[in-house]
Amino acid sequence: MKKITSTLLISSVLALAATSVSAGTLETVKSKGHVQCGVSTGLAGFSNADASGNWQGLDVDVCRAVAAAVLGDATKVKFTPLTAKERFTALQSGEIDILSRNTTWTLTRDGSLGLNFAGVNYYDGQGFMVSKAIGVKSALELDGAAVCLQSGTTTELNLADYFSANGMTYKSINYDTSDATIKGFEAGRCDMLTSDQSQLYSLRIKLENPSSAIVLPEVISKEPLGPVVRQGDDEWFNIVRWSLNAMINAEELGLTSANIDSMKTKSPAIERFVGGQGGKLGIDDAWSYNIIKQVGNYGESFEANVGLDTPLAIARGLNDLWSRGGIMYAPPIR
Amino acid sequence: MSELETVQKPSNPAVWNNPKYRALFFQALLIAGLVYFFYSVVDNTLSNMESRGISTGFGFLTEKAGFGILQSLVQFNEDSSYGRTFIVGLVNTGLVAVLGIFMATLLGFGMGVARLSNNWLVAKLATVYIEIFRNIPLLLQIFFWYFAVLAGLPSARNSMSLGLGIEFNVRGLYLPGPVAEPGFLITVVAFIIGFIALLFMRQWARKRQDETGQQFPVGWSSLILLIGFPLVVFWASGMPMSIEYPVLKGFNFAGGIAVVPELLALVLALTIYTGAFIAETVRAGILAVDHGQTEASLALGLKRGQLMKLVIIPQAMRVIIPPLTSQYLNLTKNSSLATAIGYPDLVNVFMGTTLNQTGQAIEITAMTMAVYLTASLLISSVMNWYNKKMAIVER
Repeated sequence: MKKITSTLLISSVLALAATSVSAGTLETVKSKGHVQCGVSTGLAGFSNADASGNWQGLDVDVCRAVAAAVLGDATKVKFTPLTAKERFTALQSGEIDILSRNTTWTLTRDGSLGLNFAGVNYYDGQGFMVSKAIGVKSALELDGAAVCLQSGTTTELNLADYFSANGMTYKSINYDTSDATIKGFEAGRCDMLTSDQSQLYSLRIKLENPSSAIVLPEVISKEPLGPVVRQGDDEWFNIVRWSLNAMINAEELGLTSANIDSMKTKSPAIERFVGGQGGKLGIDDAWSYNIIKQVGNYGESFEANVGLDTPLAIARGLNDLWSRGGIMYAPPIR
Repeated sequence: MSELETVQKPSNPAVWNNPKYRALFFQALLIAGLVYFFYSVVDNTLSNMESRGISTGFGFLTEKAGFGILQSLVQFNEDSSYGRTFIVGLVNTGLVAVLGIFMATLLGFGMGVARLSNNWLVAKLATVYIEIFRNIPLLLQIFFWYFAVLAGLPSARNSMSLGLGIEFNVRGLYLPGPVAEPGFLITVVAFIIGFIALLFMRQWARKRQDETGQQFPVGWSSLILLIGFPLVVFWASGMPMSIEYPVLKGFNFAGGIAVVPELLALVLALTIYTGAFIAETVRAGILAVDHGQTEASLALGLKRGQLMKLVIIPQAMRVIIPPLTSQYLNLTKNSSLATAIGYPDLVNVFMGTTLNQTGQAIEITAMTMAVYLTASLLISSVMNWYNKKMAIVER
C-alpha cells in the first residue's frame, strides 16, 4: 500500500510540476519579482559579466528592457550563463524565461524545438579569422585548412556548405567553449577560426596579440540573432517582441534615456510611444517609457556595448536603422 | 503430548493468511506500482513535450547531418546521416578506450612492480609518478597535455622530423603508412595460419610436459610461427607492399597515418592517470601473496623469472582483477572528457553537435547513456569471466 501511495504522490507532484510550468510566464515573472534570463558564458559586447559581476551587453539589454516593461525596474533580472549546447534545454524546461544569447533564428529551431524567436536584435553573418602569418587574403585560398570552432552552433553546417560549394576540403576541431576555441587557434592547432563575425571581433581581443590575426572579408551566411521564448505563451512572446521593438522605434523617434522626459509631447507619434498602450500587452502603460528611461534605445545600447568607441569597434552596418541604410526596422507602436 | 501437537499444527490457513500467497501478492503489487510509475513518467514527458511543440522520435537518425567530423575510422562525409554520426562517435570512443586500457595496463604493471623494486631509485621514481598523477584531477591533466604541450610544438611548416619519415607538429603525429599491393593477401593468410599453428603448438607442448615432464621452448617457437613465418612468405611473394610517407601539402601534411593531437593528448592523459591507479592495484596484489611462497619456490629451485610467472603472478591476479575491472570501467567512462579538447568522441559528436542540430535531447541522451552502460557491462562481464578462470579452483 505504501508503494501505491508514494507512486500516486510522485505522479501527482509531476502533474503539478507540469501545470506550473505551463502557467503564463508573465504571472510567474510577476510573482517571483524578476526575469530569469539565459545568456552566454561570456561574450564581450553581447553578454559578459564585469569585474563586480554585473552583466552587460547588447543581449543583456534585451532582458533588462523586458524587466523594465514588466516589473518597472530594469535591474530585476537574474542571469543564467549557458553554453551553446545547454541553451535550448534550459528554455524548454522552464529554467529561464528568455534566452538572449546570440542565437541564430532558423527554421529548424523555430519549428521543432518548441520555441519562438521574438525578433532580431543583431544581424550577423559567419566569417573567418586567420593568423596574419599564413598570408591568406580570401577564404577561397583555404583549401585543406584546419578550422577551430565552437560546437553546437549553426557554424558547423555553414562551414560544411561553404567548403563543399567551393569544392574545398577542411578538418574541423569542435571545442566546447569559446575559450577553448580561441586557445586552440592561438596554439596553432588550426589555420583559421570561424564563427559569427561579431564574435570573431570579440574573440580577437582575447588574443595575446590581437593584431596578429585578421578577419577575412567573406561573410558566408545569414545569422539573424535574437531573443527566444517558449512556444505557446503568446502573451509573453508579445511582451518580449514589443520590448525589443520599443527600443528600435525609440531610436527612430529620436528618444533617448536622456531626453525622453523633455520630449514627451513633441509629436503625436512620440505621445503614442510614451503613452505605451500597455494594457493591450497585459502590462503597465508606462512600459515603453521605463524601457527607454532605464535601458535606452537600440542605438544607445549598440554604441555602449559593441559600437565604435568600444574595444569591439563594430560599425552599425546592417544593424543601422532602415532609414539610414541598415535593415533594423520595427513595426509601429500605435 | 500428542494432543498438544495437533493443536499446535497450523490448520489450513485462508488464502489471504497464507504467507506464500501473501508474499506473491505484495511482490506483484510492488511490480505493478513500479510499472505504473515509469509509465506515468514516460507518458507525462511525452505529453508535455507534445503540448510544447517539441518533436520526438528517432526519425532524425536518417536525416542528413551536414557537418564534418575531425576523425572517423568509418566512412563519413557531410552527406552522411545523423545515425552515422552516432557510429563515428561510438568507434572513436571505442578507439580511445581500447588504446587507453592497453597502455594503462602496461604502464600500471610496470610501475606497480617498479615500486616494489629493490633498487632505491627505481622504487622512488615509481612512487613519485604514482603520487603525482593519482592526485591531480583528470580534466586538468587532459588540458595540460593538450594546451600546454600543444603550444610548445612547431607549426606544420616547421615540422619536427623524428626520422624514418615520422613528422611531429602542432597538427599531430604523422607516420609513414603501409599501402598493401595486390598479392599482400598471401601474407595475411600466412599470419592467420601461423596463429592457428601457435595455438595447437601450445596445447601440444603443455600436454607433453604434463606427460613426460619435458619442456618445450614455447616462447621462441611462438615468435617464429607468428612473425618469422609470415615474414618469409612476405619476402618469398616479392614484398607486395609500399610505404607512403607524409608530405607537406598546402597547410597540412597529407598521406601516411595521421594521429590528431586531440587523440594523443587524451590517450596520454588517460593512460598516465589510470596507470597510476593500476600500479597501486598491482602492488597490492603482489604484496598480498605470502612471502613464504617465494621462499618455498626458491627452495624448490625455481629461477626468479619462473617464480614470478608461475607462482606470484597467478596468485596476485586473483587480488588484482576485481579492482582492475573498476579501473577499466573508469577509463572508458572518463574518455567522455574528450569533449573538452574537441576530440570527436560519442559525447562530442553525438551528444554535442547532433543534439544541437536536431534538438532531440531525450532520445540522444538516452542513446548515449545506453552506450556507456553497455560498454561498461561488456568490460565487466569479460573481466568476470577472466576472474573466474583465474580464481582458485577448489578440488
